[in-house]
Amino acid sequence: MQHVEISTTRANPLVDPILHVWGWEIPVYLFLGGLVAGLLALSGFYLLRSRTASERGAWPQAPMLGVVLLTLGMGALFLDLDHPWYVWRVYLTFEPASPMSWGSWVLILVYPALLAAALLHPPERVPFGAGLLAVIRRWSEWMWARPRLVQAIALSNLVGGIALGLYTGILLGTMVARPLWNSAILGPLFLFSGLSSAAALMHVLTLVRTHGLVDSTYADLLLHGLFQLLKPPGRDPSTAGEAMVRADAAFLSVEGALIALFLIGLAASTEVQQQALQLLLTGAYAPVFWCLIVGTGILVPLVLQYLELAGRIRHTVVPALLVIAGAFLLRWVLVRAGQVSSWT
Amino acid sequence: MPRLAMVIDTRRCVGCADCVVACKVENDVPIGHDRDWIVEEIRGRCPGPTLEIRSERCNHCADPPCVYCCPTGASHVHDYGGVVLVTASKCIGCKACLAACPYGARFIHPDGFADKCTFCLHRVEKGLDPACVAVCPTHCMTFGDLDDPFGPVRRLLDSRPHHALLPEAGTEPCIFYLT
Repeated sequence: MQHVEISTTRANPLVDPILHVWGWEIPVYLFLGGLVAGLLALSGFYLLRSRTASERGAWPQAPMLGVVLLTLGMGALFLDLDHPWYVWRVYLTFEPASPMSWGSWVLILVYPALLAAALLHPPERVPFGAGLLAVIRRWSEWMWARPRLVQAIALSNLVGGIALGLYTGILLGTMVARPLWNSAILGPLFLFSGLSSAAALMHVLTLVRTHGLVDSTYADLLLHGLFQLLKPPGRDPSTAGEAMVRADAAFLSVEGALIALFLIGLAASTEVQQQALQLLLTGAYAPVFWCLIVGTGILVPLVLQYLELAGRIRHTVVPALLVIAGAFLLRWVLVRAGQVSSWT
Repeated sequence: MPRLAMVIDTRRCVGCADCVVACKVENDVPIGHDRDWIVEEIRGRCPGPTLEIRSERCNHCADPPCVYCCPTGASHVHDYGGVVLVTASKCIGCKACLAACPYGARFIHPDGFADKCTFCLHRVEKGLDPACVAVCPTHCMTFGDLDDPFGPVRRLLDSRPHHALLPEAGTEPCIFYLT
């Protein structure tokens, strides 16, 4: 290999010595965007498929949860902007070559789809605004009386969720200058990661409802999950929870396969892609990638879920929380490592 | 319509950074930021290493990824000369163009928008050379129309060995280095 030594007088902030334009905000936004994409797609699917309220389990709560999470994600995105008060400029144009432009419009279209789905399932009680709740109930009844409208809302949720999930990966995949991101696999990978984390989140909510932990604190919830893991085995009576575990295991398996394809694709590509791959295989990001994303984020939850479904251990929140943490770290590592990778 | 390009003779460039200073003064580039810069690249080991000194800046690519990724159209190709520019009042500071540029040619201006070399279009439209070209004490930089077969840019490229930066990135850069 030829010896090359390069020195430069350039020292631009965020660019030198290595690119670091995106901090915590973008991974948080991509994670929440993916999670909401999964909630949208799966709640749309359950709305289309399920005939009774019991079949839908905790999914009716998903759209309202999605509104809150997407708003938080958009907040993180806003914080990342360096010229934030010009953000309205995004909505004065449509740039077909820009995934970010597509994503901005998808985000705007997803909100009404989420709100319409949320209106179908108003909460049973609210701490204040009982009058407003009564109005919402009347709208909800009006919508339920029109099956075609409900079907259209479900379909818009399904399509909007898939579009949102794919976009978050394609956004990175089209950055020519970052070899680690130059993969078409990132779109489906982020979509399935979003689906698995959404199924995991809804599994947590289902368990919370089943075990009456609604008023518990978050720490209580975690401890409850850990203690349950140590209890004697026995089948969980909740079929809704079991369906959620099955769905999560399926999505996780696909996500694992997509990660393998992503790595193989980079390994079989040009030298810069192979060098970028080393960041994940043996470089600075390898411990987090292998231990916390592939290990505790995918493989350990898959084993725990298999044992749960086989009745060897009880249903707990532990695998679901590991899946959610793994999905966040996947974005975190890919955004960080991708910026480090370059053509030079 | 011309296709503006720059040819830099690496055998004449001494890395004095006059071009960097001229750019800062001409374009009021904020302190701590650079629209152009000097790179020294040493290849090989003693006794036969080669040194190439380059004055680098935005390559005003014919296939610019920074323009394609921009969600607002702030990054655009100007009608005159194919120069890649940023409209500050349209830029939201998302930094996608910084991530998309393989040359690291862009930065975020302290006022929040993406900034970069403009080929001193305000001078070029008046018939002047860019500030960096105008001040170069070794006259190593030549600026002109790439598509003019009798122009200085094309004549130099036809007569001397040259290379562009990262042609494998597929961006079709419009700055060429004579070797």
